Amino acid sequence: MPFMPVKFTLQKRVKLAQGVWMLYWLSVIVGIVIFSLGIFFKIELRKRSEMMDNNESHLVPNLLMLVGVLACGINAFGGKVCHDSLDPNKFSKWKPMLKMFLLLCCGFNVLLLLVALLCFLMQFAVYLTLAEGLKNGIKFYKDTDTPGRCFMKRTLDMTQIEFRCCGNNNFRDWFEVQWISNRYLDMSNDVVKDRVLSNVEGKYLMDSVPFSCCNPGSPRPCIQHHLTNNSAHYDYDHRTEELNIWVRGCREALFSYYSSMMNSIGALVILTISVDMAGLKYLCTALETMTDPENPESESEGWLLEKGVKETLADVLSKVKMMGKTNQVEEGQYVQSVVTQVFTDM
Amino acid sequence: MVVMKMKFPFQKRVKLAQGLWLLSWCATVAGATTFTLGCVLKTELRRRAEVMDNADVHIVPNTLMIVGLASLGINYFASKICQDALDAGRFPRWKNFLKPYFAASCFFTVLMLLAVIMSYAMKGSLESSLKIGLRNGIRFYKDTDTPGRCFQKQNIDRLQMEFQCCGNNDFRDWFEVQWISNRYLDFSSKEVKDRIKSNVDGRYLLDGVPFSCCNPSSPRPCIQYQLTNNSAHYNYDYQTEELNIYLRGCREALVNYYMGLMNTIGAGVLSIFILQGSVLVSLRFLQTAMEAVAGKENTEIETEGYLLEKSVKDTVMEYLNPVLKFLLLTNQVEEGATTSGATPAAT
Repeated sequence: MPFMPVKFTLQKRVKLAQGVWMLYWLSVIVGIVIFSLGIFFKIELRKRSEMMDNNESHLVPNLLMLVGVLACGINAFGGKVCHDSLDPNKFSKWKPMLKMFLLLCCGFNVLLLLVALLCFLMQFAVYLTLAEGLKNGIKFYKDTDTPGRCFMKRTLDMTQIEFRCCGNNNFRDWFEVQWISNRYLDMSNDVVKDRVLSNVEGKYLMDSVPFSCCNPGSPRPCIQHHLTNNSAHYDYDHRTEELNIWVRGCREALFSYYSSMMNSIGALVILTISVDMAGLKYLCTALETMTDPENPESESEGWLLEKGVKETLADVLSKVKMMGKTNQVEEGQYVQSVVTQVFTDM
Repeated sequence: MVVMKMKFPFQKRVKLAQGLWLLSWCATVAGATTFTLGCVLKTELRRRAEVMDNADVHIVPNTLMIVGLASLGINYFASKICQDALDAGRFPRWKNFLKPYFAASCFFTVLMLLAVIMSYAMKGSLESSLKIGLRNGIRFYKDTDTPGRCFQKQNIDRLQMEFQCCGNNDFRDWFEVQWISNRYLDFSSKEVKDRIKSNVDGRYLLDGVPFSCCNPSSPRPCIQYQLTNNSAHYNYDYQTEELNIYLRGCREALVNYYMGLMNTIGAGVLSIFILQGSVLVSLRFLQTAMEAVAGKENTEIETEGYLLEKSVKDTVMEYLNPVLKFLLLTNQVEEGATTSGATPAAT
């Protein structure tokens, strides 16, 4: 008993062919969109690779670009087949390739599902690399004279300005590192000497943040230094002051940016899978089972699977088992005949 | 005396009509592009409307939008006319429409050219508008509690960070204004009292700039306050220090930005102008060639096409005369009934 059979008259077949042809060209456009999204994501990762310690995984954008190109190719081919499907002469030359093509489509859909899953799961990896990268970024902020780290200050400043964030978890991360280079500290000054001696590692720590943490929306000019000292500034209470500097941490800000990007790309990929329906499957089975092959206007039946789902799966499994056993005995023509039998039964 | 006569055999007419149809659809797309470019420019100007004193420069994007819309209509009719041109039966119905159509099309095409010229001419107006707007912005920077000026601080800060500039002409503009509000000054402190007494207007002036002037590319943490005092900071010489704060003034930065944008848009609009002009010239040739065929038995004869029937001066007078007559007639009727008898002398 066929799985999900539908009766097709000529008119209905024509409509189905037209509809599926349009769907395939829509899928080509979606494939192009996925390719460009892969490129966009790769560029975004490269732009902030310093914040991720140059350690980020480019697996997802590379896969997206590959999948985009494949989608274009497969769907363009499908559209061509649809275009030829209503002319029996042209269609007969596509017939032998059709089953391979459908298998390929199924495999491609599985790949798309995998990519969508990766989009959602790789967010954890991004979170971890961001935490590590930002910690190092703050540590190397002052090293503007060390080769390889010259631009860390600028990158971190621009990131804090653009994403409206301060520090790794929050602004207090700046209190724990020396972010002013020794080149700009007057070591003969008593204040400086006291501070440096006051901690074990001899670092010049202070309760200040860089200027890039300043919030332009604050009604008063930015207070950067002596943040926890209320008496250092007129009419200032550090516990109630909210608008002076950005209170959000950069890890949270960057992560929410990347995760929203990955979520929307994953959603789009899932949409692509559902658009790649079994329309072509219906069409070719409808044409194959025409009651009178000579008369193109006769009615015919189309289906998804020849037998029910369970029986088809059992069939395929038994065929695969037999194939396995046959491999142990001998290879060659016997295997080939079994494989063709599997395909013709689908 | 006919202007630019050309011979048109039948095949050439057919090719002209087909080419014109394609060209008019290209010109329709170009018209839509002009409209979009006008919208883009207007949006960019409106984004920084708070630092502009007047909106005189908005005439450029407004003109572009009007011309874009008009050219959509012009090219739509051009494609319709050339579709009907080769059919001798359908062409005559366009006869009365074509004269005002050409007048309007020429007017809008010239307006397109004017928009490009204006975008270069408005540079001076834009610069003076920005000068006044930025001066006010810097003056009202501290007034975050005054309604209507609450967001000046935020706007100026964001502007300086985005365009990498400081102050109006340069950073010294901040030395001449009190940019810290009195709400945050401790008037019991000696230092504050000294500073306020040291100038005539009783303002708290200092040689410091807001944080938004800081340059992230500087190798050292930003020095905002006591900029001219070398001894206040270790290893600092304000005369040789270049990377600490932005040296460029915001007026120069904004003028460069907008002139760059208008130059790019002007180049695009100029090429669209040439396209539109060629559409109109081809349509005129097609019209005059087809008019010579009208009423003849054999529609495949060779005809002559021309641009203008009389010389340029005569054609211009011919178009302007009805307009002048209308204006003069109205004027003289207002003056009194006795002078109305002298109006025929105008023609």
